[in-house]
Amino acid sequence: MSPWSFRVCLVAVLGGAVLLSVLNLAVPETAAFHVPTYAVSLAGKYLSYAMLALAVDLVWGFAGILSLGHAAFFALGGYAMGMYLMRQIGTRGVYGNAILPDFMVFLNYKSLPWYWHGFDNPAFAIVMVLLVPAVLALIFGWLAFRSRVSGVYLSIITQALTYALLLAFFRNDMGFGGNNGLTDFKDMFGIPLQEDSTRCGMLIATAIFLCGALLVSRYLVTSRFGKVLIAVRDTESRTRFLGYRPERYKLFVWVLSAVIAGIGGALYVPQVGIINPGEFSPANSIEAVIWVAVGGRGTLVGAVLGAVLVNLGKTVFTGALPELWLFALGALFILVTLLLPGGILGLLGRAPRRPKNATPAPEPAE
Amino acid sequence: MKLFRCLLLLLILMPFAARAQDDAYAGLAGDFDEVSHAIDQLALSGDKNAEAIITALQANSLYITPDNQLWLKKDDDFYNFRTGEKAAEDPDDIRPVRVNNAVRRAIEGALGSLTLFSSDAAIRQHGAEAVFTARDPAALPALERALAKEQDPGVRLAMQQARAAVVLAKPDSTDADKLAAIAVLAARGDLASQSMLDALSNSSQSPAVTKAATDAVAAIAWLQKIWALAQGVFYGVSLGSVLLLAAAGLAITFGVMGVINMAHGEMVMLGAYTTFVVQQVLEAYAPGLFSFSLIISIPLAFIVSGVVGIAIERTLIRFLYGRPLETLLATWGLSLVLQQAVRSIFGANNREVSTPPWMSGATMWGGVTITYNRLYIIIFAFLVIAALMASLRFTSLGLQMRAVTQNRRMAAAMGIRTPWIDALTFGLGSGVAGMAGVALSQIDNVSPNLGQGYIIDSFMVVVFGGVGNLWGTVVSALTLGIVNKFLEPIAGAVLGKILVLVLLILFIQRKPRGLFPLKGRAVEA
Repeated sequence: MSPWSFRVCLVAVLGGAVLLSVLNLAVPETAAFHVPTYAVSLAGKYLSYAMLALAVDLVWGFAGILSLGHAAFFALGGYAMGMYLMRQIGTRGVYGNAILPDFMVFLNYKSLPWYWHGFDNPAFAIVMVLLVPAVLALIFGWLAFRSRVSGVYLSIITQALTYALLLAFFRNDMGFGGNNGLTDFKDMFGIPLQEDSTRCGMLIATAIFLCGALLVSRYLVTSRFGKVLIAVRDTESRTRFLGYRPERYKLFVWVLSAVIAGIGGALYVPQVGIINPGEFSPANSIEAVIWVAVGGRGTLVGAVLGAVLVNLGKTVFTGALPELWLFALGALFILVTLLLPGGILGLLGRAPRRPKNATPAPEPAE
Repeated sequence: MKLFRCLLLLLILMPFAARAQDDAYAGLAGDFDEVSHAIDQLALSGDKNAEAIITALQANSLYITPDNQLWLKKDDDFYNFRTGEKAAEDPDDIRPVRVNNAVRRAIEGALGSLTLFSSDAAIRQHGAEAVFTARDPAALPALERALAKEQDPGVRLAMQQARAAVVLAKPDSTDADKLAAIAVLAARGDLASQSMLDALSNSSQSPAVTKAATDAVAAIAWLQKIWALAQGVFYGVSLGSVLLLAAAGLAITFGVMGVINMAHGEMVMLGAYTTFVVQQVLEAYAPGLFSFSLIISIPLAFIVSGVVGIAIERTLIRFLYGRPLETLLATWGLSLVLQQAVRSIFGANNREVSTPPWMSGATMWGGVTITYNRLYIIIFAFLVIAALMASLRFTSLGLQMRAVTQNRRMAAAMGIRTPWIDALTFGLGSGVAGMAGVALSQIDNVSPNLGQGYIIDSFMVVVFGGVGNLWGTVVSALTLGIVNKFLEPIAGAVLGKILVLVLLILFIQRKPRGLFPLKGRAVEA
């Protein structure tokens, strides 16, 4: 990952966000260059997804952990944010209850469940956005890496994790709005969400957070820590024999990645306006993996590129030829893994070649 | 002359005889109590019309006029019950025989005692059951008579139980009779007996009867608990067999070959759609064979899914051996393509796959309800696994498969065409998944998403049981099925499933290689 492509990426993300905002706010609606507000929100959504992709790339590209459940952390961050936004609605809900969100009134809740307390405070909500995914990742990762669950086994149990959460959040008595999730948000930190200026602000904020996450990730993977991490990815046992503790390295990067995904989710919710259990579906997590694979695994920049391109393609395809989107996505999975192991960045020749034996083959016992 | 007098007498008396018979029906004109009593009398009278009258009453088509003539109402016309003549116009003051719940009970009891003398044992049995439910003391004499000449042991038992129920319902039974009746009911041991005995234990005056009834209730409650447990095990085994079917193919492709086939669920789906197509074709061209549609579908589904599997192996998976994570992604993409392809061909809606008559219905085995489709699926699952094990163990293909998995290079050196064996093994696993699809089409919606619902469960089963171990897969599928079904009443269906998933995740942390890990120098995968 050359510094060149990294800088281009930072400039493109920030510049693109600012440019879209300017074209939305300062250019009159009749002008040819005017950008409609939904496009701004869409761009914000892509950048939130890019944070998820970045999180996946961090663990898959640099620690060799293929997570098929990363959308769980994304959705948890989103739910934490959504709970804050729900509490901000106050008496403006359909039922006008100052304390209880609409769905709770509808489901005959008498009082606020204990885990909803504190979410009216923005600082508390922000802490929760970081903490909830981090704690889940810590527990899960500690158990998994300690007992050296790796490779496809880890992939399958991460998938089971997000599947279990999906089922749980679908339940009405979980107190998270069940099937419908959380929606109908009004404002955030006192600013109305529907305003064009808020939308542009959100987009720029997402771009800033994404660049921040990119910088942190890049610092991490180019540091000494990152070198050990890559060693763990390529030959975990050899690294262990050299005296390192691979599980600690993996755990740290795993939790960091969960936090990045959680922030992505928290930025996603106000821009999309809804969070529902569908975000936990295993298919979403696997799609995030393909974004990384398309852009180029282990490059950080590739994750961002892949997330934006694939989602742009999804928007265009599902609008024009909805029948063909799954064919296209499926073909993308197959073609990228078969023919384009380095992703788009690999194709451009600016990323290092995909490391051979990144995931050691399960040799038959001989 | 004497003869003439007799004839004269008969002529004079005949209307009276008829009149007397009509008077026997007089009770039917009265209030509810009188109607019930009249029905009981009728059942015991041996009147050959009794059954027809009571059946008509049950159908609410029996009417009566003030002169106690019975009429049947059919399509808004009245027919005289005795003569069968149609009334020219509605008879004066005609009104329906009144029926309430008490009368309905009397009707059922009466029909029961009437059918007690049928020549068909099944009808007699049915009649005894009706008496048991109605518990009408008036049926007792008929029951005693029937019991005296009953030969069939099963019907006899049913009659004895009916008699016991009636004895307990009769207020003037002696304690000795009641105690004997309690013993009979306790031996019957179902919920109806339990509630009868429970009522008796609360109402009886005699301490001996109360105690016997209470003991019997406790015994029945215990028995019911055992049956409930057995029912739970049946449901669990049933769910387990579904999991086993879904996972059996995966146990070959993932367990034996180590290929992560995320399109495995779609192989199952293809099998289910094969069943659908077979049924459509049979319906159009050979309706006579329709009840064999599933049996015809099984080999066809095996072939369809197996051929698709071989095609996938040759065009996709063989390029990705040794790269499990890439295989996972590519096969996931493939599963999306297959789903969308099926959706484009067959539409997104659920497709109707019908159940052949021999698979519908249920039977009671003691206190356990066994539905035939579940039973056949359990049997089928075990047959599939047995066939799979046998083919791995006893066929030359199985021998070569095992050789290739154990030591690929050595197998190749012995002249085994390893790429060809890879393709066949993958085809076998996919074909088994297709056969699973035939079974799952009977209990699940046949839609393009059918396979999606099973993929995570299947992987869990295989990993939990220990990769590469078919016995482990069997044990793990049944364990997961039973655990799931026993958690359901405690935690609810969804929460139960979540708990099972969480337990599995924790279990894999403890024993990453499953319940029955393969022994040997397995390198880190």
